[in-house]
Amino acid sequence: MVEPTDKAREEFFSEAQEIIETLSRNLLALDGSLKEGALDPSLVNEAFRAVHTLKGLAGLFGALKMGQLAHRLEDVLDDLRLGRMELSADTLDVLFRAVEVFGQILAVERRQVEDPLTSVDELIDQLSALGAGAAHRPSPAVDYELDPAMLAVLTEYEEHRLRTNIEQGLRLYRLRVQFDLATIDKALEEMKERAKRHGEIITYLPTGEATSPDAIELDLLMASRDDLATLIGSLGADNVVIEEIPRRTRASIAAGAPSLFPRGTSIVPPAPEEAASLAAEAEAERAAPAEAAGSLRSVTQTVRVDIRKLDLLMNIVGELAIVRGQLGRVTDRVRSEGQRQLAAELQRLNRSFERRLSEMQDGILEVRMVPLGQVFDRLARVVRQISRELTKEIRLVITGAETEIDKLIVEELSDPLMHMIRNAIDHGIEPSEQRKRVGKPLAGTIALNAFQKGNHVMIEIEDDGKGIDEQGLLQKAIQIGKVEAGVARELTRDEILALIFVPGLSTKGEAGDISGRGVGMDIVKTNIGKLGGVIDVHSEQGIGTKMTITLPITLAIVSALIVHVGEHTFALPLASVSEAITFDGTGVRVVDGREVMTLRGSTLPLCRLDRLLGLRDAMRSPRQRRFVVVASLGNRRLGVVVDHLVGQQDIVIKPLGKSLSSVRGFAGATELGDQRVGLVLDAGALIEEVLAGVELRREGVRAHG
Amino acid sequence: MPRILVVEDSYSMRAFVRSALESDPTAIGEVEVVEAASGFDALRLLPRGPYDLVITDINMPDINGLELVQFIRKSEMHKTTPVLLISTQSSERDRERGLSLGADAYLTKPFTPELLRQETARQLARGREQV
Repeated sequence: MVEPTDKAREEFFSEAQEIIETLSRNLLALDGSLKEGALDPSLVNEAFRAVHTLKGLAGLFGALKMGQLAHRLEDVLDDLRLGRMELSADTLDVLFRAVEVFGQILAVERRQVEDPLTSVDELIDQLSALGAGAAHRPSPAVDYELDPAMLAVLTEYEEHRLRTNIEQGLRLYRLRVQFDLATIDKALEEMKERAKRHGEIITYLPTGEATSPDAIELDLLMASRDDLATLIGSLGADNVVIEEIPRRTRASIAAGAPSLFPRGTSIVPPAPEEAASLAAEAEAERAAPAEAAGSLRSVTQTVRVDIRKLDLLMNIVGELAIVRGQLGRVTDRVRSEGQRQLAAELQRLNRSFERRLSEMQDGILEVRMVPLGQVFDRLARVVRQISRELTKEIRLVITGAETEIDKLIVEELSDPLMHMIRNAIDHGIEPSEQRKRVGKPLAGTIALNAFQKGNHVMIEIEDDGKGIDEQGLLQKAIQIGKVEAGVARELTRDEILALIFVPGLSTKGEAGDISGRGVGMDIVKTNIGKLGGVIDVHSEQGIGTKMTITLPITLAIVSALIVHVGEHTFALPLASVSEAITFDGTGVRVVDGREVMTLRGSTLPLCRLDRLLGLRDAMRSPRQRRFVVVASLGNRRLGVVVDHLVGQQDIVIKPLGKSLSSVRGFAGATELGDQRVGLVLDAGALIEEVLAGVELRREGVRAHG
Repeated sequence: MPRILVVEDSYSMRAFVRSALESDPTAIGEVEVVEAASGFDALRLLPRGPYDLVITDINMPDINGLELVQFIRKSEMHKTTPVLLISTQSSERDRERGLSLGADAYLTKPFTPELLRQETARQLARGREQV
């Protein structure tokens, strides 16, 4: 076989990845419909189609193992969709396993390394064993007056669905529908959605008899329990004619009469409001750009782009922002030299430049955004797997899967979230006997909620389990010397709960089988911190635990407040700044060895950057007016004392060199124009550092060496 | 230049077919490849023909390859246009059905770019004879 080019291989990998994700989503939906006892056959068929496509691609691109596995899996799914085999939870286990193994194969193929991939052969054996149980059942004859032209194009699967529906005593209908060619995809999708409530659409056949060249007429064969009037009421419209397909009468069978399709009573549906609004919509759509008729070539409207290319573009935007800043300064100089008119003109241009630049930035950012649903799907799979391994019944409730966040953040979120969920199932949710005793529903609930809040995305992982045993946690911390017994009494609840993030602390005597396998919560916290995020814990004993992750929407570019402390310039991401107030040094108290002030009735811990970082004390008159920038993340706040507020600027954060990367408190460095470089403060780490300073002293151990 | 409509819902498969058809002009000469990403896309593109060859996958959502073949054979513009089906080893029944509906030939996946070019050349030549 001719070696496909690298680019073609990359396309193959990305499509294979998408197909595996689709398969995973289908299996999860199947799992759900299986539990509800109403198996949706179209889900099995979609899973089959996904694997079928994957098999074909694997063959073309020489991915041998993937092809072998897809082949076996396809056989099993084929048996399932054609009703030769019943779907059980155990079968689903094996199918889910395939999703994992496909992922492994893909990783190996991508890196082009030698790997025996023994798990593949094992799984293939399992799948073959499943297939051995398949049985061909005799199918009932089709005794409906179906159009032979329609029967002729039924695929094996469609024929099976037709027979199954007939066997279950459902009525058959033909829906003759006219669609506008340009908008058929969307219109049909809506039609399908409505039809789902009444039954199943078995096939779509273009009749080739549309009334205009821009229209298309389809015959839809549908099976439903409902009667004609119900269907007409729900699906009827100007462009839809519904007929019931009669059963073949004994006479017509005996006479050997050719069964011609349009024999049913044709009823033009009454047009209630729904039909009227549909017609209006259709009208609107016709009026909308029916441009699709223009070019022949641009059929698909999407391109796949390497995210590194977007990073490059974003860097250029960052540099342009610096140029804009320089232009601003030149404008100021021109003005100060008395050329007011020229300065005004320059300023106008500069503003328009700024507007366009920000539009461009937004555009690039938007391209990087992906829905969190991508990672939630993976988590749903893990939940299912663990709950079966531990025989704990878990109900996973996901909201906000459509919330969008930077692609790079999504990639990095998968592991920490996975660990937190494992923890929740393993340590949080009680065994069912225990739940029964305390009057909770047998199935534990884990809620995964995502939503956007300003420039942040919040992800909550909430369980209705037993909650964190605060006293147990504290005892353990004292026992292993992380907290001195003397100060233990002074710790607040939140401070105690935060101990779960201290390395080496686990609420259980021994690491649980599930979560103990991976990393500790300290690593989870570090990883979330690397993404500029923080985790807050809230727990009520007996009721449950809620972990809230606060993340920036993007890592690519941030709006920052530029401040001066002495001679040094720092940038503080605006996303974590809630306000800035003037500060004259009055009203500062020292509590527990740390400076605090009162802001609108609540206590605000203060951080003096020069002292924290060991900078030389700047010469200041005691009366000099200074500022406190209030940084807040999650439910924590910190007042950062600075000398000057310089202004707001969009910055591209560049990583610090290796030698500095271990210094805490900084997210990186940035160019500020004028060849100046400023350090970017990491609000999360700073809050951590300052608030923990006291705790660490209490512990007598430096957790962050 | 012969114009070929490729109907296939997998984008890497479409890319594979396009590169196979365009990479070796000595085998089939220069061709123009028009891609349809679904059965509906094909229904939109067919009236803007004529095409010298339609290559279509059988297994696609909504409008599948079989329905497309029937539609093509009914249409005035394309009733004699050669149709090459792309199928898999396992879908023998659907493949046979495609032939009886009027498709001219099929290839089973996986196939090499050479095989696709040979079959394409054969179908294009057959189409020319008919005219």
